[in-house]
Amino acid sequence: MIEFKNVSKWYGNFQVLNNCTFSIQKGDVVVICGPSGSGKSTLVKTINALESIQQGEIIVDGIKLNDPQTNLPQLRARVGMVFQNFELFPHLNVIENLTLAQIKVLGRSKDQAITYGLKYLERVGLLSQKDKFPGQLSGGQQQRVAIARALSMDPIIMLFDEPTSALDPEMVGEVLDVIVKLAKEGMTMCVITHEMSFAKNLSKRVIFMDEGKIVEDCSKDKFFGNPDLLSARAKEFLSKILRNN
Amino acid sequence: MHYTFNWSFFFKSIGGKETYLTWLVTAWEWTLTISFFGFLVAFILGAIVGIFRTTNNKYLVTFGNIWTEIFRNIPLLVQIFLWYHVIPHFIPIINKAPRIVLVVMAIGLFTSSRVSENFKSGIQSLSIAQKHAGLALGLNTLQLYWYALLPQAIRIIIPTLTSEAMNIIKNSSVAFAISIAELTMFAMQAQEETARGIEIYLVVSVLYFISAFAVNLISQFIEHKIKIPNQTFVKQ
Ligand SMILES: Nc1ncnc2c1ncn2[C@@H]1O[C@H](COP(=O)(O)OP(=O)(O)O)[C@@H](O)[C@H]1O
Ligand SMILES: [Mg+2]
Repeated sequence: MIEFKNVSKWYGNFQVLNNCTFSIQKGDVVVICGPSGSGKSTLVKTINALESIQQGEIIVDGIKLNDPQTNLPQLRARVGMVFQNFELFPHLNVIENLTLAQIKVLGRSKDQAITYGLKYLERVGLLSQKDKFPGQLSGGQQQRVAIARALSMDPIIMLFDEPTSALDPEMVGEVLDVIVKLAKEGMTMCVITHEMSFAKNLSKRVIFMDEGKIVEDCSKDKFFGNPDLLSARAKEFLSKILRNN
Repeated sequence: MHYTFNWSFFFKSIGGKETYLTWLVTAWEWTLTISFFGFLVAFILGAIVGIFRTTNNKYLVTFGNIWTEIFRNIPLLVQIFLWYHVIPHFIPIINKAPRIVLVVMAIGLFTSSRVSENFKSGIQSLSIAQKHAGLALGLNTLQLYWYALLPQAIRIIIPTLTSEAMNIIKNSSVAFAISIAELTMFAMQAQEETARGIEIYLVVSVLYFISAFAVNLISQFIEHKIKIPNQTFVKQ
């Protein structure tokens, strides 16, 4: 469903993505990990063209991203994205956050949008908070609302960029639970995370990035179970991160 | 230091039913009219130009930058004379416009450069991630600005917009330069005719003060009305 072919990207002279090739099929759950600055966020943002690329090709659901004919807003509407700092719109209350794009982008009626919004709000356990403003919610609640906001758009894939790294430790669990549940229900997703136990729990496949390159793209059993088969950089990363946890 | 105040001249006729008092009120109305429409022009044009300067389109950015530099770096009084003496020379139809329109345009364009700065910095103080969040939901550029960015930016810049509106009231006094009978013009003429400069300038000062202060109150009311619970929009 998502195809990356020899994708490269530069910021000036600095190459942030180096010849990345991989694909994601419907129903896949892929964890992306790697040291800070290795290009994980950039890679994920190229999937919905928030970042442009200079070389290679990206195809999402049969649509070529670098084709000037591609209607980017329409494509982005079908790719859900969850950010590290939630990024709810602070001037809109929860239900308005959930319905804005449904109404303006998908063209749903207000009633329809509210029905969808409430359905997903219930799924993340926050129905009672529907009239609150983001500033009145905890970080964990805000992130669950952000997940519901993305789900209300009926996405074909969900992208998560370190969805729990800005949260206080006691709130990490409630967000991870929602994501794990989604994965179990068959949602296609791509998750950047440093939570290794969560990664093990969540997916069968791990992509390890370093200095803009995809260094490993393997099963979780190989990644976590057979360190000797991994590249030196991946081994080093794993031992560091497991020591810290 | 003995000065005997004498306010009675305010009721002296200046022809027909008109007195210095009715003239004063008319002059105040002119000041408020120039200020109101001047701010309207400044707000609309300044918002558009400021928004242009935050886009990814280099032509819009350059246009916005040039606009802002031109209108901000020429003194207001000179700009008024440009509208009055120079521009009609090249665009004759301007000659037909009433002088008040010229003043409103001059003050509006001058202030639009400052309003554009406010909008630009307000929008740029929002995180890239907020922009990305809107785009990721499929909003197009117009929708992104209208529904996600501007409502936040406007809350951030209300205090600086308020000072601009108060500045306009004070700056409207330059309209005397092309003989519009606003408060400053009134003060100069009436004091010449009556030799009651102290009373006149006291009254005029109080009226300027009241006008600017009212702007402040209106702005506080608006700020209160659009306040979001538990959310501070702080300019970073
Ligand atoms: N807009 C930008 N301009 C220049 N360099 C950038 C920009 N965004 C990211 N980078 C650089 O690209 C590299 C990869 O960034 P990122 O994808 O955020 O890494 P990760 O998410 O793996 O930590 C980093 O070195 C970062 O400094
Ligand atoms: Mg990152």
